[in-house]
Amino acid sequence: MNEVKINIHDVTRVEGHGDVVLDVQSGEIKELKLAITESPRFFEAFLLGRKWYEAAHITCRICGICSVGHTSASLQAMENALGVEISDQTLLLRKLTFAGETLQSHYLHAFYLVAPDLLGVPSVLPLVASHPEVVKMALRLKRLGNDICCTVAGRHIHACAMKVKAFPKVPQAEDLLALRQRLVDSVPDLHATVALLQTLALPQFERDMEFTALHHPEEYALYRGEVIRSTKTGDTAIPDYKQQVREFVAPHSHAKHVASAVGPYMVGALARFNINYDQLRPESKEVAAALGLQPVSYNPFMNTIAQVVECVECTLDGIEFIDRLVDMGLHEEDMTVEVKAGRGVGASEVPRGTLYHEYAVDDEGTIVDCNLIIPTGQNLSNIEHDMRALVPQILDRPQDEIALQLEMLVRAYDPCISCATHLLKVEFV
Amino acid sequence: MKPRVGMFAFTCCEGCGLAVIECENELLDVLSLIDLVEWREGLSEKANPPELEIALVEGSISTHADEQKLKAIRERAKVLVALGACAHTGGLNALKNRYGMNQVKQMVYGEAGAQFDTIPARPLSAVVPVDLFLPGCPIDRTEFLSVVRDVALGKAPRLPDYPLCVECKKKENVCVFFQGRFCMGPVVRAGCGAICPTHGDGCEACRGLVSHPNEQAHKETLAEHGLKVDEVLMHFNMFNSYQEDQPA
Repeated sequence: MNEVKINIHDVTRVEGHGDVVLDVQSGEIKELKLAITESPRFFEAFLLGRKWYEAAHITCRICGICSVGHTSASLQAMENALGVEISDQTLLLRKLTFAGETLQSHYLHAFYLVAPDLLGVPSVLPLVASHPEVVKMALRLKRLGNDICCTVAGRHIHACAMKVKAFPKVPQAEDLLALRQRLVDSVPDLHATVALLQTLALPQFERDMEFTALHHPEEYALYRGEVIRSTKTGDTAIPDYKQQVREFVAPHSHAKHVASAVGPYMVGALARFNINYDQLRPESKEVAAALGLQPVSYNPFMNTIAQVVECVECTLDGIEFIDRLVDMGLHEEDMTVEVKAGRGVGASEVPRGTLYHEYAVDDEGTIVDCNLIIPTGQNLSNIEHDMRALVPQILDRPQDEIALQLEMLVRAYDPCISCATHLLKVEFV
Repeated sequence: MKPRVGMFAFTCCEGCGLAVIECENELLDVLSLIDLVEWREGLSEKANPPELEIALVEGSISTHADEQKLKAIRERAKVLVALGACAHTGGLNALKNRYGMNQVKQMVYGEAGAQFDTIPARPLSAVVPVDLFLPGCPIDRTEFLSVVRDVALGKAPRLPDYPLCVECKKKENVCVFFQGRFCMGPVVRAGCGAICPTHGDGCEACRGLVSHPNEQAHKETLAEHGLKVDEVLMHFNMFNSYQEDQPA
């Protein structure tokens, strides 16, 4: 088809508001636009003047779905600024909460947002009647992720008990062991999820691209990493994140884009899988193989498959973290913090990719500078490049199908447009 | 006939809509009581016809486009429910109102910020009449379900109008003031089961104040526990700055 005009107002089944516009004339792309219509919220302005202990509880409100992720990056940044060390117990409790959030977010994306496309329906609602067992399984799995967060940190959305230095109240061993049993019992559901995915076909599309993720030599980096690793530009120390994450105003768009030294790049589950495959558990690698995913995969639609692989990893991580916590014996910890001036960066691999928080505080603990870089902001430029490569490959299809493919591509990245701290209107022309 | 329900999000984290979806154990029951016809975050379907019995709306109003969209939703819906702090009190978003709009745009985006349409953040009720509000950041799942049950039974839902301390005492929590932390519980509307104090943290007043709070006594209590005046005020304004900034 040589003439195509697509205008998708408010892409559905993504977090936040965005439009896709495509105009093709005589087989040539005249306009291709992913416009972010989310209202900016200006967190980086109103964080100034707030206190060190408020940063995590304010910034978790950037996003409901990755609230624990924002909390985690925020706490690491503030602890680095204040020179606070955390105990093994606090680290394990945070990693356990983080695994819970990763599970709930990935299940939400795979079952509620992506599966309807693969099963040819407009949403999860028709599946309640046509695939009741799948819907019940999705609810069960997602509930477990949420309950992990509730047990350890009070709730999933805007966790109460995640604070600088320690948890003000630690969970009971018996409650953790009950979660452990549910994690063990969820393994058959995971296998059923894999079996279901094996019957569904994802679009075939590949493009040479750069992947970036945190890397840790001894663990599959989620809550924390040791360095920022790129498949094209190598390693960057986390405090030097601006070397990798370069914000610039694109001349054609009046918009801030993010790119590395060599161009746009992808963050998220697929980037993590490609970079940190060696740190995955054997069970996770087996599931990846069963689903036809191997490093390095250049198909962004496989991001959802990488998320399912991470669900296996997080389920087994959760069991291990609980065992270690119960073995250590849980105890209340001192929350005293010595406030002093400083600057710190924190980074986590939240469900949608690498999240950076940076704060500077004065000697009274008042925030005087901050910078927040979210995963979706990093992915936007890469999605543009994907669209430009994908459109010519599918131009012969009916217009509805082209529109659906573009929406599915945006959805594959699991964008979180609500995290609008640095999202400017992006116009690709 | 099941009531036709739509869910909508404005300036917010979309966590209250997510909290509804996080009622996993009860979700299929809730869906059997209602006809969910529109929800951009989760469904590709659009309500047809557009009329709704109930519109659940989260987020505050912070652009001219938000304002127009909310008015259109109000016209479509018999009952409009404000979900969560952003919709109910303006929430955290209203903290930007203390700066000039050009100033916040410059602070976060530099020169490129000029293109944004941003106006001081407001709760829904500052733009259209709101029939019911569910407070909290995020809303409380149990409270949401009890409101759904009331509506299904044809009962008018009633929110607690007593301080959070009542619920906290019922839970036999040790008062967080005695643990050297501070709390907004004495002046804040109950209904969340005192979730933050139960998990060792002080209440941050996300549910707004009770109808007749003794603010002065509470400020004195906070000051007694070693907070400076500006820190005391911060505790009041984190979620309620819009109300504080209104002329008396």
